[in-house]
Amino acid sequence: MKLKSIILAAGLCAMATGGFAAGHEGGVKVGMITTLSGGGAGLGIDVRDGFMLAAKMAGNDKLEVVIEDDQRKPEIAVQLADKMIQSEKVDVLTGIIWSNLAMAVVPAAVAQGKFYLSPNAGPSQLAGKGCNPLYFNVAWQNDALHEAAGAYASDTGYQNTFILAPNYPAGQDALTGFKRFFKGEPAGEIYTQLGQTDYAAELAQIRASGADSVFFFLPGGMGISFLKQYASSGIDLPVVGPAFSFDQGILQAVGEAALGVKNTSQWSKDLDNAANVEFVAAFEAEYGRLPSLYASQGYDTANLLLSAMGKADVKDADAFRAALAEADFASVRGDFKFGTNQHPVQDYYVREVIKEGDVFTNKVIATSLTDHVDAYAAECSY
Amino acid sequence: MSLILLIEQVLNGLQFGVMLFLMAAGLTLIFGVMGLINLAHGSLYMVGAFAAAAVAGLTGSFVLALLASLIAAAAAGALVELLVIRRLYDRDHLDQVLATFALILMFSEGTRWVFGSFPLFLDIPAALAQPVSLPGGILYPAYRLLIIAIGLAIAVGLFQLIARTRIGIQIRAGEADREMIAALGVDISKLYTLVFALGAALAGLAGALVGAIQSVQVGMGEPVLILAFVVIVIGGIGSIKGALVGALLVGLTDTLGGVLLPPLFATFMEASSASSVGSSLASMSIYILMAAVLLYKPTGLFGSTT
Amino acid sequence: MIQRETLINWALFALLPATALIALWMDEPFIITLATKVAILALAGVGLNIALGLGGLVSLGHAAFFGIGGYAMGILASHAQSYAPLMQTPVLIEGTTSMPVIWLVAILASALAALAIGALSLRTTGVYFIMITLAFGQMLYYFAISWPAYGGEDGLSIYVRNGFPGLNTLDPIQFFAVAFVVLAAVLFFAGRLARAPFGLALAAARQNPERVETVGLAPYRLRLVAFVLSGAVTGLAGALFADLNRFVSPTMFSWQMSGEIMIFVILGGVGRLFGPVAGAALFILLEHVLGGLSDYWHVYLGGLLLLVVLFARGGMIGLAAGREVAHD
Repeated sequence: MKLKSIILAAGLCAMATGGFAAGHEGGVKVGMITTLSGGGAGLGIDVRDGFMLAAKMAGNDKLEVVIEDDQRKPEIAVQLADKMIQSEKVDVLTGIIWSNLAMAVVPAAVAQGKFYLSPNAGPSQLAGKGCNPLYFNVAWQNDALHEAAGAYASDTGYQNTFILAPNYPAGQDALTGFKRFFKGEPAGEIYTQLGQTDYAAELAQIRASGADSVFFFLPGGMGISFLKQYASSGIDLPVVGPAFSFDQGILQAVGEAALGVKNTSQWSKDLDNAANVEFVAAFEAEYGRLPSLYASQGYDTANLLLSAMGKADVKDADAFRAALAEADFASVRGDFKFGTNQHPVQDYYVREVIKEGDVFTNKVIATSLTDHVDAYAAECSY
Repeated sequence: MSLILLIEQVLNGLQFGVMLFLMAAGLTLIFGVMGLINLAHGSLYMVGAFAAAAVAGLTGSFVLALLASLIAAAAAGALVELLVIRRLYDRDHLDQVLATFALILMFSEGTRWVFGSFPLFLDIPAALAQPVSLPGGILYPAYRLLIIAIGLAIAVGLFQLIARTRIGIQIRAGEADREMIAALGVDISKLYTLVFALGAALAGLAGALVGAIQSVQVGMGEPVLILAFVVIVIGGIGSIKGALVGALLVGLTDTLGGVLLPPLFATFMEASSASSVGSSLASMSIYILMAAVLLYKPTGLFGSTT
Repeated sequence: MIQRETLINWALFALLPATALIALWMDEPFIITLATKVAILALAGVGLNIALGLGGLVSLGHAAFFGIGGYAMGILASHAQSYAPLMQTPVLIEGTTSMPVIWLVAILASALAALAIGALSLRTTGVYFIMITLAFGQMLYYFAISWPAYGGEDGLSIYVRNGFPGLNTLDPIQFFAVAFVVLAAVLFFAGRLARAPFGLALAAARQNPERVETVGLAPYRLRLVAFVLSGAVTGLAGALFADLNRFVSPTMFSWQMSGEIMIFVILGGVGRLFGPVAGAALFILLEHVLGGLSDYWHVYLGGLLLLVVLFARGGMIGLAAGREVAHD
């Protein structure tokens, strides 16, 4: 019974791949590994929806996408990557949301000659010494949004910001990134527990610290908890953070507590360029909700890939890589190009949380960093 | 560290402990009376929070939301008891662990199916959104004081329920000798459903109260569940008093550990690595506490010695 | 009846390499990878089964040993990769990429951890034991997440699979062979253990501790030895699992992992030698098939598990063999 079904499954796979090879000359098969179940599924669903929207709008039947759910577990992601490469014989991998999953998958995938386009995670290792000609980051290097927040805090005249992040590598990178561009002296620096939901103790410390502002990086539910508790703590200091805790998917759960908070992002729904206007309208029409940061990154990733498909055959790795590196597509964030380490060189904006009717959303109020190159680009050589 | 800050942190620890008590009380009751280990208790916490968020979204009333959390969690608890749990009473703990683990999977993904993948909104009532000044110039969030008050009131109520009422007598008798009270004509299966629903309602209420200051999302129950287990193991399984003491001990250890350990390490280490090492140790502190208690008393502080 | 169960066991056992070979013939390397995963997870289950089935010790913290085994591999291999010695004083310890050495270290490290955790936990029984093992697992999980030296939550990537003398372990079928032979050897060992005086005494201590005590054996020590053996085998599985993925991360320590290992054992049938093999195979198959059906496949998985617990006591092998109780 079990053996039969395995043989059957194997047979189906073989037929599928066989059929593909015959049918699509010059086609590209994309393996998307992303988080579609469990906590954090919202991010993966947005990346997938953004990506598939772009694919649908382009109507390019040479683009074939296989999607799998990594459940936010690194082991599963690694096994899915093996499956995509060994069984599905994909040309390009994409989709991973989390840095730890990217670090588990990307080095092995590019070592096996597959392209990887990152729609979200940008760990420093892959931007610096561990950079690879086949690895393109279409979102940001992990530090970038925090660097933009540090720059904004200094520009605004904050002298002693209180900074906090969870105690894990991305959290440590966040505080390092903030301090890299912050000219003042932090009033306090706290690492909270990953997944922590009660911030009463930290809020008491913030109140006692005499800080003039607060910077925090607490992705997902942690940020929601922090903001709600902050709002009722009576602390009245301005708050700065990266866009992750103020994104479309999450803002409705935070509610009034987020109003007026400044956050840094490379994209915003109200950015005034033709590509973005078209994207926001199309996304709302297709899925009945406002697009998020993650959806915009998924959309850009697909359009980057489509632009390269128009110029080169993926089987010719060098030509395809050169086509990708040109970044010849209309990004929803406006100007977009790749730096020497194939990470974005782009502007970072400061957004403010506002209320439009019943919906909480963001509007751009300033530009924090222009044509920003990440801190690790210099360490990268191929 | 100033005294005021310390008092504030003790209050925080107290509030956290009281919230854990609401979870642990149900767990420990269910174990004490039915001998059942219920991993899905965290799911009932989540059900309470989601029900509260849904009702608050529809009606805008926080009181109705709390009521909804009690009813929804109790109903979910009773349903699960009738369909699944009652088949598990005479099984060993292993089967109970696996079956309730399976329930977690179904509850979590089922909730995501119904409510979507994004966190829901649930906020505290505007009247409680401001901090109040306590004697000594301490500014403390009113809502957290309310949680402490509700938690302590429920603790008192539970003690009364068990000490004074007919149901309480049946519960105590059930803990002591299950066969005997059935023989005495108590409808044991009704009692079990009732106790399970009561435990579920407490968990649901905790979920709603906490959901209002945290985030209402799928999977919110599991971290709390594990802490609640630590609590009842420290307190002694089956003992409400143990659950209260254990909950306060865990709440205070966790909060004060996180506050006091990093500065302690900073006295002999470089600041940012002290913060990192200190908080690593703080996150392990309650488990160390638990191991220490069990070394001292293998059945917990107030557990029966048999 | 016993013959029927033995027959099923051998059929099941032969199915694994048969699947791998057919996949090799059909050029489907991923199926081989899945079969390897089954073999390794079954090994972890066989480890847990020594404590659970034989000793009656319901440990919900076996992810601790699985993770320690994984990190033994990760730490040794990453030091070998960067040519930075693990320790210079008092003796020079270098990293290594040799599987046998890594296995030995994984076994020793997880056995030591099991000795410490077991010595404390075995003072308790019943639910307390379940909970304290869970808590020790969580303790290590939080430690692994916040300990920056070896990647913290990001984990450690080992880009090349470690070597085994005379084999190319990157070739899926060869690595499968390695994992399968280890599984077979451990199954043989566990089978002998159950029939040896130690195993019989352990089973007796599970069923009637007082009687064992009166004949002059200490149940505590019997259980501790079983717990250490159990932890060591699960640790070995952890090292292999890390090599399968070429990656280790704190999720190997998570309590869900402990739960999954327990599921393998219960699905197959507690106390049955080949139970974990059947359980792991079914679990991976379900994950693979259901995962493709729906985003919400956990609902179906949960429902299936529930049905097994409620209606198929004795697990799959028990169901197939028509016997609820494993032979003690």
